[in-house]
Amino acid sequence: MIELESVAYSYGGGELLGDVSLSLSPGSFHFLTGPSGSGKTTLLKLCYGALVPSAGLVRLFGQDRRAMTRDDVAMARRRIGVVHQDCQFLDHLSVTENIALPLSVSGRDLLEEEPNLRELMGWVGLKERAHALPPELSGGERQRAALARAVIMSPDVVLADEPTGNVDWEMSQRLLRLLIELNRMGKTILIATHDLALIRAAKAHVQTRVLRIAARRLQFAGADL
Amino acid sequence: MKLDLNATRAMLAGDAQADRVVPPTGFTARLTLFSAGAMAFLAVFALALSLATGRLADRWGNELARTATVRISAPMAQMEAQTAAALRVLETTTGVARARALSDAEQAALLEPWFGPGLPVDQLPIPRLIEVIETEAGFDPEGLRLRLAAEVPGAVLDDHTRWRQPLVRAAERLRLLGLVALGLIAAATAAMITLAAQAALAANTQVITVLRLVGAQDGYIARAFVRRFASRGLAGAAAGTVLGCLAILGLPSAQIEGGFLTGLGFQGWHWLWPLTIPPLAGLVAFAATLAAARRTLEEMP
Repeated sequence: MIELESVAYSYGGGELLGDVSLSLSPGSFHFLTGPSGSGKTTLLKLCYGALVPSAGLVRLFGQDRRAMTRDDVAMARRRIGVVHQDCQFLDHLSVTENIALPLSVSGRDLLEEEPNLRELMGWVGLKERAHALPPELSGGERQRAALARAVIMSPDVVLADEPTGNVDWEMSQRLLRLLIELNRMGKTILIATHDLALIRAAKAHVQTRVLRIAARRLQFAGADL
Repeated sequence: MKLDLNATRAMLAGDAQADRVVPPTGFTARLTLFSAGAMAFLAVFALALSLATGRLADRWGNELARTATVRISAPMAQMEAQTAAALRVLETTTGVARARALSDAEQAALLEPWFGPGLPVDQLPIPRLIEVIETEAGFDPEGLRLRLAAEVPGAVLDDHTRWRQPLVRAAERLRLLGLVALGLIAAATAAMITLAAQAALAANTQVITVLRLVGAQDGYIARAFVRRFASRGLAGAAAGTVLGCLAILGLPSAQIEGGFLTGLGFQGWHWLWPLTIPPLAGLVAFAATLAAARRTLEEMP
């Protein structure tokens, strides 16, 4: 679905990532770890087409990123749900409207999707907060709203950047269960995190592969952590 | 008919949904409305100036071009004979529709504004005037002058060209100035809307980032901004146009001897021209915002 071949990425002068190869196959569950500033977020951005590699090849659903127009990238985003570390919303719209935003920008009929939307709101436990504005939400609620927004289009891939960064352990367990459930529904999941406890918790429920960024290279971490 | 209504309502509802992704901004919205309105107000006057000077140029160009005067200065005794001779010459000249000697009473009326009533015209050696009305094709003034010189020594032909042409030129230049002013107003409107749109786009970077993240294409994002500014441009210009037209209506009406200033305004179907200002302003706002949005979006990841 998403393939990186010998990808390098440089900011200004220094090289942040080099010779990174990765293939996210359908239904796989990956964790991405590494120290802060090692390039986890950059790697995710390469995966959803926000950045173009300095060298090497990135393919989104078979398309070469370099050959894609801005609108091609937009179309690919509809198949990739992204949860950011700092979830950004349209602060003047209600939580429900924010979660439905991917539907409205892709021209779907909102009335038709209404039952799905309601079900999804219940699934992430935001039914009570449906009419709240994003600034009124707690950290955990924001993360769950971001996850709901990422999956409303029923994407093939979900990329999450530190989805449990701002929430307590109990909430992070809930988010993880949501992501595992999505993976069981056949979605490809990639979670960037430095929370090793989270990875261990996931391993009890699902087969995962752990990737580690060290010294600008991507390595497959051993089965045991 | 019912179907059409429903389709229209659905389209409007869809637009409303898309428009909501851009947060409402009270202050810049009012500024945009105000500038569009002020520009439309000025545009009404520039348009009125162009049309009025256009009318003036046409009138001076056409009506005055159709008439000429032959003046006969001769001793009292020969006056009758020379007038008759001149009329004979004029009647046989191609391009002259009618020629008529003014009566004493008419000449007295013409002189009255200068010399006051009761002027003993018949006792003064006042030249006789012959009014010449041309046909569509007109006559050849040089040929006529030569023939008059040969047969009526006291006749002088005045075809008005000498003083008419500078006036027509001046009126045409004024019309050109009015059109240039209209062009400048359109360009200034475009510049102001571009600045306002640019500011709105810069203020809404987060909105654009979020929309990009959830898979919005550039066209969708641009449209959300463009519709907003085009509608503001349209609404502001509509208000400005109405006020401008009211101001034109409020001008003192033109008198018969009125100069061109009091003739400033619209006549007949020319009143339709100001109606084109709001849609044009909307169009200018549309194009300016679209260009600004495309530029801004190209620069964003």
